[in-house]
Formats: sequence, C-alpha cells, structure tokens
Amino acid sequence: MKIAVIKYNSGNVQSVLYALERLGANAELTDDPEVIRAADKVIFPGQGEASTAMRYLKERKLDTLIKDLKQPFLGVCLGLQLLCEHSEENDTECLGVFPVKVKRFVPENSQEFKVPHVGWNELENLADIPLLKDLPAEPFVYYVHSFYAELSDLTIAQTHYIHDFSAMLHRDNYYAIQAHPEKSGLVGEKLLSNFLSI
Amino acid sequence: MLTKRIIPCLDIKEGRTVKGVNFVELRDAGDPVELAKIYSDEGADELVFLDITATVDKRKTLAELVTKVAKAINIPFTVGGGISTVEDVKVLLNAGADKISINSSAVKNPQIINEMAAEFGSQCIVVAIDTRNVDGIDFVHTHGGRKATLLKTQEWAQEVCDRGAGEILLTSMDHDGTKSGFSNELLAEISSALSIPVIASGGAGTMGHFKDVFTFGKADAALAASIFHFKEIGIPELKRYLSDSEISIRK
Repeated sequence: MKIAVIKYNSGNVQSVLYALERLGANAELTDDPEVIRAADKVIFPGQGEASTAMRYLKERKLDTLIKDLKQPFLGVCLGLQLLCEHSEENDTECLGVFPVKVKRFVPENSQEFKVPHVGWNELENLADIPLLKDLPAEPFVYYVHSFYAELSDLTIAQTHYIHDFSAMLHRDNYYAIQAHPEKSGLVGEKLLSNFLSI
Repeated sequence: MLTKRIIPCLDIKEGRTVKGVNFVELRDAGDPVELAKIYSDEGADELVFLDITATVDKRKTLAELVTKVAKAINIPFTVGGGISTVEDVKVLLNAGADKISINSSAVKNPQIINEMAAEFGSQCIVVAIDTRNVDGIDFVHTHGGRKATLLKTQEWAQEVCDRGAGEILLTSMDHDGTKSGFSNELLAEISSALSIPVIASGGAGTMGHFKDVFTFGKADAALAASIFHFKEIGIPELKRYLSDSEISIRK
C-alpha cells in the first residue's frame, strides 16, 4: 500500500511519519502531484497558521489537487481546518471540502477555560463507521488548538471544550480529525490503523 | 471534558538518564527511551526531558535522543535545558520534539520568546520559571534556582504569557525535593491570572499532593521526577486515586 503524506509548510510532520512507521506502514512525504494522485491513502497533517498554509498550497496548486482526490484522505489538526470552508484565523478562505466554519475559542471564563485547548479530551457521540470501530469505551485523544470546526451534519465525533465542537468530520472519501492521532496513545494508533484499512 | 495531565520528568546527561531509577523492568537503567516507553505504557499523559549537559558539542547527542524517543512513544513530549536560540528550537522540533522549554535564556533575553512563538507557534513554546520566596515575595531564580533575579514571579509569568508562551512550567525551589506538597497558593494565583495552562512542579510526595495541586493550586498539569522514578507512586494507582477523587483524568 502506498501512503502519501502531503508535504507543505507545516510543523511536526515527522511525528505522523513515525506513527505510521510504528504501524509498519511505509509512507512518503511528498508534494509531487503525481505521487499524491497515485497513492492508495493520503494524509494531510498540519500545525501552524491557516492563511500562510493556504497561500502555500495555492502557490503549488495543491489546493485544486486535494479537492480532486478520490482515495481515502485524512486531514489532521490544521488539516481538518483547511478542509473546511472558512477559518476565522486571519479571515481565511479554505478548501471547502466540508461546508463548515472554523471559529476561535472564546472562553466566557478565562479562569476555567484556557486557550489554546491543550491536553487530553474525549471523543463522544461517535458515528458507526469503519474509521471509528473498536475504539475503547472512553476514547481520549491529545489536542493542541485555538480554533475549532462547528458541529455539522458531517460531524462523526464531537468533543466538549467550552462547548461541543467537531472532533472529526467525514464526507465521501474525506476524513478529518482535530486532535493529533500520532500523539494519542493507543486510541490514536487504532484510528490510524482503521484509516489504513478503509 | 479536558483532563488534568500527569507528567514524569527525566533528567538527561549526555543522552542518558541521570537520577537513579528503580524499575526492575529496565534492562538498561540509564536508557531514556526505555524509561519513556514504560511511562507512556503506564498512562503518563506527557513527558519532559531536561538536558543537563552543559557543553555545546553534546547537543547533537540530545537531538539524536529526541529522534529515538519520537520514534518509540506515542504521547507528546517536551525537551528543555540549555536552549537559547531559534536554531536550537528548530533542530529539536525537526528531530521530533513536540514542545521545547526555555528558562534562563528567556530571562536573559525576553524577546526570544516572541521570536520562537512567531517562528514555530505558541503551542510548542513552554517557558519554565524557577521561583523562590524571599522575605515574603516570590522572585524568579535562574541557573537551577541558585541565582536570584529582580523579576517578581507573578509579573514575569504575565510577561511570558503576553510574549507568546504556550504554557508555563512553574517550579517552586522552596518546595522542590521536600515532598511536602506543591506551592498551591502561588500556583493558584498565577493560574487564575493567566490565559495559558500552568504545569506545577516541585514538592510532590503523596497522591494527595496531586489532588491538592489540581484543586487548590488550579494547575492544569503536574510534573514530578523522583517519586515516579523510585516507584514511590505508580502512575496507574495515582490516576485511579485522582479519578476516585473526582478529578478529571485520562484513563
């Protein structure tokens, strides 16, 4: 199986590659459109700022390529946000794969809720789909983010921080997770291996 | 619900763990990767590696260790000790660290916090603050707590937050090594004033101390070294205790 991890100006891609390595999967970090198109699975990791990332993707025409792909595709963290329609982070038009808006956490009480949302929180209300099968009863995943995708019909898992938000989204061949599966212990490993089996 | 984090800290010198550890499972008591793997399997939420190697030529050993750790474990980890430039940070993040922590270098040159946060994002910049109470006032100390500064701890914490730090690791030198509990009053004051998470360090001796630091101390995470290394408290039993005490904890 060929796995392409999209290379762009995003931080900490290495951890995703190591996580795939631990699962015995061989992944290639690439921005070559041919390699990405030919892959069996595509992973779109991310950490960084939305408008800078979108500008980079557009300059290399990776934006149109991502929207055209037919194989199982997984966006991670900023990858989830970029697949949405629009982000409040520097008022950025995103890829629009998911017609969902990305907003900034606004804590009503800064003593109780800090931003960014950092640490382990629970995936709830899981959809009955292959990607989410055989997870433990209380699946905790590791988050680091200041922006979140709103709940929508495409939400396949939600998490509560200040309010409920889309922890994961899914449409057609596109899947996305706001948390970092590569840093989420056994739950993260299971999510990644489920994705590789789709 | 967001959970409180339990963070074992490993002291590293020339690529090996320094403080004695008491794990019968360990084949090599000085191997940080093996110890990291055990903590990760036991349910630690994060790890901190503190490099106490002084010399520059040993930095490469640290980067190599970071890569080995990143390949072996599937939970986040922070690397600190002797980091002073944007280039230092780049090397360690590229090697696979999730976050870095800076201490004395931030006191010496506060602008470096802004530069690091702008380059890599606040989420991976932890500012460690060593504090000591002098005649009723909390002052920032550097060089492992030996050198006093004129910075008041509360004011410095606010400043590093404003400059773009993503988290604060607050170590009370008055409590460190005493096993008499964390510095809950100061922690609560700082945690309540700041919009970023605070990791408490220094003073852990019993499971009750962890409960106190999460309730009275309002800490978002708690760090400890020797009590975990010497198995005075096991992470699974600590997490069960905290969970039974109505503290939100990852199981």
